[in-house]
Amino acid sequence: MITTEKIVVVGGGMVAHRFVEALRSRDTEGRFHVTVLAEEPRAPYDRVALTTYFTGRDPKELSLGDAGLWHDPLVSLQRESRVVAIDRQARTATDRHGRVFAWDHLVLATGSYAWTPPMDGATLPGCFVYRTIDDVAALNAWVVQRAEELGRPVHGAVIGGGLLGLEAAGALQELGATSTVIQFADRLMNLQVDEGGGNALARLIENLGVTVRCNTATKAVRADDRGRAARLTFTDGDDLKVDVVIFATGVRPRDDLARAAGLPIGERGGVVVDETCLTADPGISAIGEVACIQGACIGLVGPGYTMAEITVDRLLGGRATFPGADTAAKLKLLGVDVASFGDAFATTPGALELVYSDPVAGVYKKLVLTDDARTLLGGILVGDASAYSALRPLVGSNLGVDPAGWLLPEGAVERPSVELPDAATVCSCNNVTAGTIREAVCQQQCTDLAGVKACTRAGTSCGSCLPLVKKIMGNELARAGIQVSNALCEHFPLSRAQLFEAVQVAGLTTFSQILQRFGSGRGCDICKPTVASILASLWNEHVLADDRAALQDTNDRVMANMQKDGTYSVVPRVPGGEILPEHLILIGQIAQDHGLYTKITGGQRIDLFGARLEQLPQIWKRLVDAGMESGHAYGKSLRTVKSCVGSTWCRYGVQDSVGMAIALELRYRGLRSPHKLKLGVSGCARECAEARGKDVGVIATDRGWNVYVGGNGGFTPRHAQLLVEDVDDETLLRVIDRYLMFYIRTADRLQRTAAWQEEHEGGLDAIRAVIIDDSLGICADLDAHMARHIDSYEDEWKAVLNDPERLRQFTSFINAPDQPDPTLAYVEQRGQRRPATTEERDPAVLIAGSTLEVRR
Amino acid sequence: MNPTVDVETPVTTLVTVCEYDLLTPELGVAALAGALQVAVFRLDDGSVHAVQNLCPFSGASVMSRGITGSRGGEPTVASPLYKQVFSLLDGRCLADLDKQPRPGLGRDLAVYPVTLDGARVVVEVPLDAVLGGHGLLGSTGPLAGRALPGDSRP
Repeated sequence: MITTEKIVVVGGGMVAHRFVEALRSRDTEGRFHVTVLAEEPRAPYDRVALTTYFTGRDPKELSLGDAGLWHDPLVSLQRESRVVAIDRQARTATDRHGRVFAWDHLVLATGSYAWTPPMDGATLPGCFVYRTIDDVAALNAWVVQRAEELGRPVHGAVIGGGLLGLEAAGALQELGATSTVIQFADRLMNLQVDEGGGNALARLIENLGVTVRCNTATKAVRADDRGRAARLTFTDGDDLKVDVVIFATGVRPRDDLARAAGLPIGERGGVVVDETCLTADPGISAIGEVACIQGACIGLVGPGYTMAEITVDRLLGGRATFPGADTAAKLKLLGVDVASFGDAFATTPGALELVYSDPVAGVYKKLVLTDDARTLLGGILVGDASAYSALRPLVGSNLGVDPAGWLLPEGAVERPSVELPDAATVCSCNNVTAGTIREAVCQQQCTDLAGVKACTRAGTSCGSCLPLVKKIMGNELARAGIQVSNALCEHFPLSRAQLFEAVQVAGLTTFSQILQRFGSGRGCDICKPTVASILASLWNEHVLADDRAALQDTNDRVMANMQKDGTYSVVPRVPGGEILPEHLILIGQIAQDHGLYTKITGGQRIDLFGARLEQLPQIWKRLVDAGMESGHAYGKSLRTVKSCVGSTWCRYGVQDSVGMAIALELRYRGLRSPHKLKLGVSGCARECAEARGKDVGVIATDRGWNVYVGGNGGFTPRHAQLLVEDVDDETLLRVIDRYLMFYIRTADRLQRTAAWQEEHEGGLDAIRAVIIDDSLGICADLDAHMARHIDSYEDEWKAVLNDPERLRQFTSFINAPDQPDPTLAYVEQRGQRRPATTEERDPAVLIAGSTLEVRR
Repeated sequence: MNPTVDVETPVTTLVTVCEYDLLTPELGVAALAGALQVAVFRLDDGSVHAVQNLCPFSGASVMSRGITGSRGGEPTVASPLYKQVFSLLDGRCLADLDKQPRPGLGRDLAVYPVTLDGARVVVEVPLDAVLGGHGLLGSTGPLAGRALPGDSRP
């Protein structure tokens, strides 16, 4: 038995989140239980994207990762639980409510606080900092109220022209206030860009209506007669009327707990840690902005994430060390691209600077090179940072003959194609090098993006490096002689999604037309079922109609699931798992009459195994006569909608999950798709239907339903991601209609929703934009398509039973239709029969007799 | 030269499958010839091909239910179980998908000559296979076709 060790994390910011996420994904044995003590009344959120709070978006969109993390039984999140003391001897942490948390290992992730310079009036009403959701909410309320009182736009000032200051100026603009940025240094963002970059940036930002004052020191904030911030005075004697002031004058590590506990503190603050992120006390780690690592605190989230990963690795017995901070940054401030990486200020002796500046277009680019003008050391990009993702990993590499090609506008000249050295970091979130990606392709046979991602973790965090990963993978495959082609097979040069669109636009309805128009040859077992699926998705005609039977894959061809001995299993639909007793009895009766093996499926229905081809019609006749219908267990189509019992019986249920599951199952039954589809509906947050393991999971809330998408069991299990929250029944159906239809139209062959969602350009956010905000203008079309499907649904089996022509196909032998396959053989196991193994077969006795011969 | 028996040419027999018009293009059917099962395919171009129904990679008699197609112009059929692809011209396994055939089975399919006798499709098969001499997975001629359990329902 494993004893669980207790980890306490002090602080609930982004780095704490990353720590918990990494721990839960890597600690597969469940060795550790982790408690996060957060000061704020909410789960960790994306502080970097704080400004989006003002763009009218839901603050919930700032949430990080999978919210399910906080429901993990090995994770406990305590909100509003600021820690006031830690006791290194007793190994406890005490929060402001006096609650004591014991730990085996303590992780300090307290981050920083916004530092305000000690000046007169800095704490007057109307002065704000810019660090938390509460800060921006208070700022928001103030600006709205003052605008109302004044009856004119509010005048705002931001003290500090760094990254955060420009963010804050953007926020003021979003709120309809004017803004002036007061910068003490001679240029904006003086830590990231040089003079030329600063000038370009100032010009771009002033074009957006923001006033910039550099070389200006603020002396004090003066109050009006009611004690509110009203005027800034400067050391040069000038002043500025204001209604609101934001201080963006830097951050300081929150190291007070560590100081009080006697841990060594760095010269300029921060808890001193070694390269494994341990403090002087081996039971305490410090990560993120509070950690003083390699002599400094680093105010960037990337290195903080690295520290979180290192700490997890060490706890699990790994040997990771801090590789040094990559302070490269690419930002979009007020819509202006700014990037800086490597030795941006050319401090390397002999370094050369190659500059391209276009004041008209508002672009400034600089590359820093070694004295031979060949090796890239760093660079600054303002106004157009499109070359950033290609250039950053090239730091330390030879740029080729003409590095200037990188500076000209994209497309102006062909960029020199440079092979990244193996040591170049491609994914800085997960510290994956180009060499690792190449190895995954050559040694581990990863031939698609999903494989490379799973193998290396590259691109699995922020995803910004994915285009580069894809390119490296493509080059490597090409070198290995593997064609990177999205062609379906030798007969169609198109991908499934392209073919879908082509067939739809051309309005073709038969395989021969499609092959003639878009393909060549006679087709095969890849393209025929794909075309069959596209035709079924598009026109919803019977899968065995006309020339379609011959296109269908093994199971669809006879509308049953072929098992290893060539017999079939039969699964009638049991919508939502709700079944009448008379249907249960009938299924049992059929199984008995035909000697079928019965098993309950994972999708809450009953599978009958061992039916021969020629028996299928008679079995289905009995089922259909009793009012049952095809369960499509054989199709790449909707399988089941699993449900818990819900509010009709359950003490805890808040919505009728069975009713909703039945409604969904009847709505989408028969819907053909690139791969099978499974849905789930849970009646409350306890999630007994395991809906988040489904392609679409619906979970009841007090106010409606949450819809999760892209869940998957199978090879690579995935939890479904939240698509919409607290929606009513009607919205729920509309959202799922569109999600499924968009998936059906654009996914690859045999691509489950999880992989589709991940590889769709822009991920789930982009999909949400299409189906909620109608960013492509196709929602009406998707809705109409789904409506057509629902209206034209018919039970496939019922249709076949009424069609003597199609029934002919269900014959054992065309010249001996009354003779079953003589090679079938069975043995008994636990009171039912199963196929005999090769060893169990005996030519003399197995099939003989009208009762089952059983070998024991 | 002494007259010898040509051991390379097995003794064959003819099996009538069905009327040509009963065959749906590209949709295979199975035919029974004693202990031997034959998969028969009428293709879109009108040609008819016959191969063994036994899939060497699964040991199940299912080839007639495979998808027909082509590989570089050569007509093919894919096993419906594990999707190995075989030539319909000579039975050669064209794609084994890194799998081995079941013990005792070759990786290629036997191909049987097809002739048209008027409107009827006739396949020429080895006599010993019809008699069960090859012992295809234990089923023997005389036992073939006996009722299976579960057929009691009227």
